[in-house]
Amino acid sequence: MVVSEKEAKPVGESKPRIDAREKVSGAAIFGDDIQFGNALLHARILRSPHPHARILSIDTSKAESHPGVKAVVTGDDFPGYIGLYLLDRHIFARDRARYVGDPIAGVAATSELIAEEALELIEVEYEVLEPVIDAEYGASPDSPLIHPRLEEYQVASFILPQPESNISNYFKIRKGDTDNAWEKCTAVVERKYRIPHIQHVPIEPHVAVAQVDESGEITLWGSSQSPFAQRNLIAQALGISQSDMRVIAPYVGGGFGSKAGVSMESLAVAIATKVKGRPVKLLLTREEEFFTAFVRQGLIAYFKMGCDEKGNLLAMENKFYWDAGAYTEYGVNITRASGYSSTGPYEVPNVTTDSYCVYTNHPVGGPMRGFGMPEMHAGLEQCIDELAAAISMDQVEFRRINCLKDGDTLVTGSKMHPTGLSQCLEKTAEAIGWGHKGEPSAPNKRRGKGLALMWKAPAMPPNAGSSAWVELAEDGRVTVGIGGQDLGQGVFTVAAQMAAAALGVPFEWVKVATPLDTRYSPYEWQTVASRLTWSLGNAVVNAAKDARNQILDMAAEAWQEEPENLDILNGMVVSYKSEREMPLKDIVIYGMPKPDDQGWIGGPVIGRGKFMPDYVTGLDPETGQGERAVVHYTTGAQAVELEVDLDTGQVEILRGASAFDVGKAINPDMVLAQIEGGFVQGMSSALFEALDLKDGYVQNPSFVDYRIATSSDVPGGIQAMIVEVAQDDGPWGARGVGEHSMVPTTPAIANAIYDAVGVRLEGPPFTAEKVYLKMLEEGVVK
Amino acid sequence: MSFHRISLTINGELEQADISANMTLMDLLRDTLIFTGTKNGCAAGECGACTVLFNGEPINSCLVLAVECDGTEITTVEGLGRDSQLDPIQEAIMDAGGVQCGFCTPGILISARALLDRNPNPSVSEIKAALVGNLCRCTGYLRIIESIQEAARM
Repeated sequence: MVVSEKEAKPVGESKPRIDAREKVSGAAIFGDDIQFGNALLHARILRSPHPHARILSIDTSKAESHPGVKAVVTGDDFPGYIGLYLLDRHIFARDRARYVGDPIAGVAATSELIAEEALELIEVEYEVLEPVIDAEYGASPDSPLIHPRLEEYQVASFILPQPESNISNYFKIRKGDTDNAWEKCTAVVERKYRIPHIQHVPIEPHVAVAQVDESGEITLWGSSQSPFAQRNLIAQALGISQSDMRVIAPYVGGGFGSKAGVSMESLAVAIATKVKGRPVKLLLTREEEFFTAFVRQGLIAYFKMGCDEKGNLLAMENKFYWDAGAYTEYGVNITRASGYSSTGPYEVPNVTTDSYCVYTNHPVGGPMRGFGMPEMHAGLEQCIDELAAAISMDQVEFRRINCLKDGDTLVTGSKMHPTGLSQCLEKTAEAIGWGHKGEPSAPNKRRGKGLALMWKAPAMPPNAGSSAWVELAEDGRVTVGIGGQDLGQGVFTVAAQMAAAALGVPFEWVKVATPLDTRYSPYEWQTVASRLTWSLGNAVVNAAKDARNQILDMAAEAWQEEPENLDILNGMVVSYKSEREMPLKDIVIYGMPKPDDQGWIGGPVIGRGKFMPDYVTGLDPETGQGERAVVHYTTGAQAVELEVDLDTGQVEILRGASAFDVGKAINPDMVLAQIEGGFVQGMSSALFEALDLKDGYVQNPSFVDYRIATSSDVPGGIQAMIVEVAQDDGPWGARGVGEHSMVPTTPAIANAIYDAVGVRLEGPPFTAEKVYLKMLEEGVVK
Repeated sequence: MSFHRISLTINGELEQADISANMTLMDLLRDTLIFTGTKNGCAAGECGACTVLFNGEPINSCLVLAVECDGTEITTVEGLGRDSQLDPIQEAIMDAGGVQCGFCTPGILISARALLDRNPNPSVSEIKAALVGNLCRCTGYLRIIESIQEAARM
């Protein structure tokens, strides 16, 4: 809903974060900061040392009699299945362990040390099985099966597991006639890319504290992007009612997807069921964080694309093998999202895509900022550069011709909504000085520029909902209830801005009801998919309007005027007709006297609002074609200028430029902060990051061996730019941008490396060693 | 396991604690004295979230044994401001938009304060070098660097 400009303030203003003071003073409470006193028990988890093994026996008797141990649990205690789209795992492994780190048993004890000692006393007998460590092989009929009972698992209707295989979802696009399109192409590029697993590494490790009371009601405190999904999924897995499960979610010290859905929280809850009344804390070590929390899936991607002599894209044929790991909380939907977005932000008449989600004996793949899009665009946007070069066309010009515009036909057959992608392209190209080659800073260096486009839709069930409430107090000030989490992206501040604007009060009057608590907070599907500003924002606006209508109806009756002539401005009810005015504080709790002064009207004001998209349709399972696959796409562009050192292969990013079409920036400065932060996270994944997996074992589970960008790696400047082409059903036209900012970074850097030294690698990270060896191989250096 | 009584000054106030020999300063602060502004990000001296001032020098409190802190002066993030007046670096990082999730923020503020105490006018490369042990996954560091320059001007 587009609300008039008059009502817009403070929307569109760069208000300060409402959580900043708490966070800089040390007062902000995160999960591990909550105090539980001496009743607290500490949990540790015994994990599989094998990537793939049959569990023959578990003997916990010695651990149980270890002094200080209060409970030991195994898979036998919890037979239920758990999962978001595909219920494919038990809380603790039963019968079979499927990755190094798979939980085998859990211990609760009076100290962490005692719990650690007890783990040593648990005896497990395994029969080691052949591990599957390559997704493409895993998808083949030759591969051993990791989930032999796949076809018996419960699954969402839009996920299509393939029986008797390791393929947990298979998504296809069949659009136009790809086979006969190639002969019409002047140039065709065919490439293979391999994108490694990476880790989210939020600086706050995962933590969960669970307590079960005498009646069986469960309370879970945790660092969570998804308190409501955890309530739902954990209750289902334990066979209890959702209303007997309460999740309290304080501040989250970084999520990036790793704290979405259910992961280690279910372990803490399961153990707590055996020690009623006592809170049980599970805090992952940094080492566990690297291989037992969700990782970003690996990807093997094949692209083939062709264009005519004028540069029009005619056909694409893409094949994606997603290395989903042992279980697939979100991977099945990443596979689907990459399928229905598989052309990138381009109009392509003939498309064949096969996207496979493949079980392997690797760590569990989960959602990570971008939800498959950074991995997919990494290769796709390099092919676009190569195809432009093949017909001797400038890469920006090629993108200008092909990039999606309003009304273009999408890969799924539906039409593109109004988008500022072309503007993003022009702004980014101009900012980076496209077409002008800079002078290297030293004789042994080479300079290059690269650019990439992106698109991404919120990938979620078609009916993911949001709700909100708005309540006023005796002083006329406002509390907004939401169920969406602030991971640092700033949703609490943005919710307050939107409530203030829609109600008609100053921003400083609005507080957000935190911490999130499923008992008191209104429902929110999850804090994922960059969907909150849009979806939760609509719910907040609806709640504020509901409160506003209650107030205006009351004042109209009391003043015997029409509500249409009344307004709320700066916390004051005003009449444009009679010019009467009344501060909110005088009327929002106690109501107003009736016109004849005999009795009262109104009473405490609480507005309620919700939002749920009702227009998303399914896709044909054979062709991937449908009316409307997603709610919308956020689009954008990114460019970099870098230098490659010929002596060492080291890549230094000199500067970056990014533009994204956010529809409407509710808080422009926080949008820019997302764009900058995403650039650096993308840069980090492009230059440094890969989980070093050897036969299923992660070799580098520490910050020393798994390097992320530090202060010394950041470029001199990142020019972040906002484009605003309104979303028809976004609040003030807004759509999300949190994840998008790291989607085009890897291919932009790859294209710039090619521009500098003429080499391309099979995949990131573009470490000095790999770049140098490639330059050596291709004769760039001797 | 031996136990010790230590006295130390934390944020200007004298404290005493009875501690085991293997307790780290981070655990003393977080679990015993409840200065939870000091964060535990890795417990291995790699991320910098637990940085505090130890006699004015920034250290990873997860790598220091509490027994070594007898008679020392420790400053945590809670002690940067005085009487509800924030330290200029706290104001500057808010103004620059250098806070997102906020988990690395306490450690970064301590490292920044230590830098400004020994070098009131640091260059960008000196700021980057001072922060190299403080990992941040949200902001991309640029606004944090900017805020330290701004605090130096205040």
